[in-house]
Amino acid sequence: MTAELTQTGAEILLRALKDQGVEVIFGYPGGAVLPIYDALFNQNAIRHVLVRQEGGAVHAAEGYARSTGKVGVVLVTSGPGATNAVTGLCDALMDSIPVICLTGQVPTHLIGNDAFQEADTTGITRPATKHNYLVKRSEDLARVVHEAFYVARSGRPGPVVIDLPKDILINKAPYEEAATQHRSYRPRTEPDPVEISRAVALLKSAKRPMIYAGGGVINSGPAAAAALTKFARMTGFPITNTLMGLGCYPASDPQFLGMLGMHGTYEANLAMHGCDVLLNVGARFDDRVTGRLNAFSQGSRKIHVDIDSSSINKNVPVEVPIVADAGKALEALLTEWTANRAPVDSQAQGAWWRQIDQWRAKDSLKFVQDMKPGSIIKPQYAIQRLYEITKAMGKEIFITTEVGQHQMWAAQYFKFELPNRWMTSGGLGTMGYGLPAAMGVQVAHPDALVIDIAGEASILMNIQEMGTLSQYRLPVKAFILNNQYMGMVRQWQELLHGGRYSESYSAALPDFVKLADAFHAKGLRAETVDQLDDVIHAMLACPTAVIADIAVDPKENCFPMIPSGAAHNEMILGPEHEASDAAVSDQGLALV
Amino acid sequence: MPSPTDTTQRSATISVLVDNESGVLARVIGLFSGRGYNIDSLTVAPVDAEGRLSRINVVTTGTDMVIEQIKAQLDRLVPVHRVSDLSLEGPHVAREMALVKVVGVGEKRVEALRIADTFRARVVDTTVESFVFELTGASDKLDAFIELMRELGLAEVSRTGIAALARGKRTI
Ligand SMILES: Cc1ncc(C[n+]2csc(CCOP(=O)(O)OP(=O)(O)O)c2C)c(N)n1
Ligand SMILES: [Mg+2]
Repeated sequence: MTAELTQTGAEILLRALKDQGVEVIFGYPGGAVLPIYDALFNQNAIRHVLVRQEGGAVHAAEGYARSTGKVGVVLVTSGPGATNAVTGLCDALMDSIPVICLTGQVPTHLIGNDAFQEADTTGITRPATKHNYLVKRSEDLARVVHEAFYVARSGRPGPVVIDLPKDILINKAPYEEAATQHRSYRPRTEPDPVEISRAVALLKSAKRPMIYAGGGVINSGPAAAAALTKFARMTGFPITNTLMGLGCYPASDPQFLGMLGMHGTYEANLAMHGCDVLLNVGARFDDRVTGRLNAFSQGSRKIHVDIDSSSINKNVPVEVPIVADAGKALEALLTEWTANRAPVDSQAQGAWWRQIDQWRAKDSLKFVQDMKPGSIIKPQYAIQRLYEITKAMGKEIFITTEVGQHQMWAAQYFKFELPNRWMTSGGLGTMGYGLPAAMGVQVAHPDALVIDIAGEASILMNIQEMGTLSQYRLPVKAFILNNQYMGMVRQWQELLHGGRYSESYSAALPDFVKLADAFHAKGLRAETVDQLDDVIHAMLACPTAVIADIAVDPKENCFPMIPSGAAHNEMILGPEHEASDAAVSDQGLALV
Repeated sequence: MPSPTDTTQRSATISVLVDNESGVLARVIGLFSGRGYNIDSLTVAPVDAEGRLSRINVVTTGTDMVIEQIKAQLDRLVPVHRVSDLSLEGPHVAREMALVKVVGVGEKRVEALRIADTFRARVVDTTVESFVFELTGASDKLDAFIELMRELGLAEVSRTGIAALARGKRTI
C-alpha cells in the first residue's frame, strides 16, 4: 500500500491508460498538463503524437478509432486546449466514435476563480460528449479512467472527457484496477427473442423487402458486417448503406444498391420508397436519409435494430423495435430465419428485383468525361480513376474525406468491400476532418495506403497537420478535388438561391504544390484529363506525404439529389432535370 | 407504436433514480433544454441512507412519441439507474408544498384565513398585515388555493414541485 502511494496522479493516469491497452495518444501540451508530459517523458509504453492544433488531435483519434475499432485517446491542456477540442467531440458524438479526451484543468483550489486558462470544461462539453468527469481527488483517478473507457466503448460508443485539475496530477495516491461492473450504465446488447421471431415472420412475408444498414454494423465490429453479408445472401434481399455504413456490405455485390439518401442512388432511394418490409440495422432514420418524413417509405412495415433505444421511434415509428448490438441481432436473425419454415414469396420478390433492375438501368451515377487531351477533369472521373488504380495495386486502402461535394462523390464512386476502411464526418459534417483523421488512420496502419479525398476549402481548415505528417513521416495522401468553390454551397446557391454565389468562391487559394513543399511533403498537380493518371501514379509511388491538387470542373454538381424537404421519389437526377423537377418547397428552403 | 401524427399532448410524471454526483442535475436539465422538451416542475434530493442516490421527479408535457423519447434519452445518461413513468405505470400519488404570502387588513384578511382553514393550510408566519400559509397536496389543489388568494392580497408564492411515488408495493 505504501509502495503504491509513491505514484503521482500523472503516473496513475498513464498506468491506467496502459492497462486499458492504449498505445498512442494524440496531444498538445500546456501548463495544466505538464505533469502528464513529464510522466510521458519517463516511459516508452505509450507513444505521443504531437499535433499542430487540438482540433486535429480529436479527429486523428477518431480516425484511429474508426480504422481499428479501439478507443482513440486525446490529451490537451486547460482553457483553449479544451475549447479547441470541442468540434471534434461533437463530431465523435454524432458519429458514435469512442474517444477519450483528457483535458487539463487549473488546480482544484482555483476552479471558479477565472484563473489563467480556466474554462468550465465539463460545462462546455456536457452536451458535446457521451459523458464527462471532473476528477476531484487523485484517489478517484484510476477508477474514473477505467470507467471512462468502459463508457466510451460500450453501448452506442461516444466521446468521454476527463477533466484533470493540475494538483490531482501531482498528488500521490494508490492505484486501482478496473472494476468488473458499472454501477448504473449497463446497455442492453442481447436482442429480445420475441422481437427476433416477430421480425423474421415479417421478413418472411415480404413481397418487396429492403435492408438498410448503417454505422451501427461497423461499430459492432467486423463480425457484424460478416453476419449482415451472410443474412443478405441467405435471404436474397436488396441492401443499401448509409454514408456511415459504407463498407459494412461489399459494394461489388449484386445485391448492393449503393448508398441511399440525399445523394444516394436512384435504385436505393426508390427501393426504400417502394418496399413493403424494411429492415433497418444500425442506422437512425437521419434526415439526410429520410427526406420529407411524411413521405418516407409510407408503404412499409418496419423493423429497427439499434443499440440505443432512444434512436427507435425518434423520427420514424417502427413496428418491431430490437434494442441490441447489431452483430448479436444479426446472428439471432440468421438462426431464426433458418428455424422459421414459413415459405417466402419468391414470385413477388422476383418481380421486385425486376423493378429494381429497371431503376438500376437508369444508371443514376453516370457522367460524361471528355477524354480529349487538354479536357477539364470531371470530379467523378478523378475518383473513379483513383479507385481503379489503387484497387489494382492490391494494397490495404483507407479513405477519409473532408465535407462537401467531393465527400459525396467519394461515397458514390469509391467502392468499399470491408468495414473500417472509410472515415467521413457524417453527422456533424465537419470541414477539416479528413486530413487529421487520415493522420490517425496512418498512425494505426503505418504500411497501408491512406488517402484524404479533400476539397480545396475544407482542407485549409486543418492544413497545419501537414506539419505533424512530416514530423512523424506519415505518408498520407491528400487528393484535392479543386473546383475553386465551396462546391456544395455553390450547388445549393445554384439550385435553391437563384444562382447568387454569395461568398462561396475560394479566392486567393494557396499554391498547394508549394504548400506541400513548405511542409516537407510532395506537391503534385493535374490540370487536364491526360495528366490525371500520371499524377495518381506519382502520388501513390511517393514514400512521403503528398498533396495532389487536381483541378476539376468548377461547375459540376453532385447528383442524384433529393432536395431538402422532398421525398425519395422526387429526386433530381441530373442537370437536365433541374429546371423541371426541382421540387423545392418554401418549407424545404428552411431546412438544412 | 406511437404515431408521429398524433399531436395529443399529455402530462407525464417521470421519476429518475440517479447517482448523487455533481453535474447530474445539469445533465438532466441540459437534456430537456437541448432537445426542446418542457419541464413543468422538477424536484431533486438524495433518497438513500448513504446519500449516494438521488431521486429526480419531473413533470413534463408532450405527445406520446416525445414522452417516449424523453424516457429513452434519460435512460441512456450514464449516472441514471432507473427511469419510471409514474403516470403510465399505474396509479401514483404526487404531492407538492407551497408557501403563500398574503398581505392585507380587515375583511380580506379574515376571509383569507377562513379559506386557508378549509384548505387545511397552516399559518407559519403572521404579522398584523400578513400571513404566510403552508399548504401541501396535489398540484391542482395548490393552484386552486393560490387562485382564491389572488383577490385577497396574494403577494408571493414559493412552490416545491412535486414528490411522487407509485401506489401500492411497487417501487422504482
Ligand atoms: C466547419 C464547417 N463550416 C462550414 C460548413 C458548411 N459547408 C459544407 S460543404 C462546404 C463547402 C466545402 O468546400 P470544399 O471543401 O471545397 O468542398 P467541395 O464541396 O467544393 O467539394 C461548406 C462551407 C461545414 N460543413 N463545416
Ligand atoms: Mg471545393
